[in-house]
Amino acid sequence: MKYLFTLSLFFTFIVANAQVKLLTLNDLDKRLAKGKDTTYIINFWATWCGPCIEELPHFEKINKEAAKQPIKVILVSLDFKSKLKTAVIPFVVKNKINSEVYVINEPDQQLFIEKVDKNWSGAIPATLFVNTNKKVRQFYEKEFSYNELIETLEKLK
Amino acid sequence: MRSVLFACFIMLGIMAKAQNGYQVGDVAADFNLKNVDGKNVSLASYEKAKGYIVVFTCNTCPVAKIYQDRVEALNKTYAVKGYPVIAINTNDPLASPGDSFVKMQERAKEKNFSYAYLEDPNHVYTKKYGAMKTPHVFVLQKTAKGNEVAYIGAIDNDQEDTNASKITFVQNAINSLLKGEKPAVTSTKAVGCSIKWKKEATSK
Repeated sequence: MKYLFTLSLFFTFIVANAQVKLLTLNDLDKRLAKGKDTTYIINFWATWCGPCIEELPHFEKINKEAAKQPIKVILVSLDFKSKLKTAVIPFVVKNKINSEVYVINEPDQQLFIEKVDKNWSGAIPATLFVNTNKKVRQFYEKEFSYNELIETLEKLK
Repeated sequence: MRSVLFACFIMLGIMAKAQNGYQVGDVAADFNLKNVDGKNVSLASYEKAKGYIVVFTCNTCPVAKIYQDRVEALNKTYAVKGYPVIAINTNDPLASPGDSFVKMQERAKEKNFSYAYLEDPNHVYTKKYGAMKTPHVFVLQKTAKGNEVAYIGAIDNDQEDTNASKITFVQNAINSLLKGEKPAVTSTKAVGCSIKWKKEATSK
């Protein structure tokens, strides 16, 4: 019985940790606007995108190491909405992702790609840096190494 | 010194051009690339064509794969009307082993492609056209100027293929061209896979 209890606690912990919600661009914009001096690193990825998965550990590392700084990593998955429970949450649990994870909830890809950045072709991985107080909004359609992430953050200071 | 600077400017110009690729209205270059059947294919190989559906794609990208049946359907519908599909694999086989020529042949056989599926060594035409991801479609129309780019972008606005009222961008563009009209929508964007570029010998 005690064993069962521990087990259920353990699962609650995992499930709580793997909270992945749907996110519209509007939700994201509101969140960023409230961020004040926080620098947000918003990484667009998908569970099916090889190069995205390769660079995820760098974002996780930044998120962990910058815990005491006003830096926040948000991972926005472009997986299909229907894959939230079958692909995204299992991926987040399996890989013990600690950063905030969302699945994009926009019916019109064309519109949301343009809104994120007008120069974005739609290819992923892609990453957006936003700091509302500093009026910073920089978009990169590329893969990042850990050092490149650090360098980009330094330049935004 | 001056000539070096000059050469640098020319190089910059060439690089900028290669990166930007084609815009709607530009005349697209012909190519001569190896098809999965071993024979070379160029735009000029299709003598009766009124235009072309050039699809930059690959073997490995899940988005490209989910569209394979729709690309096949496009060829079935429009090749007879003068707009054949020509697919070009954008990816370097060393950077992406699943995109080797042999793997391309396997996929074409397995899916029974009715259209040409060409390799693009060193990304020459991927860069020239300005394909940034897979899948990335360029609809060309034969005009007095040459093979003019009439549409650039996505196949439709419903990757998962679940929405009956989706907008079929490529079909709409070609239907307009067949009626002698300009397409209402000439460029669209969609999520796709980044191109697996050849690793430069100089890097690291």
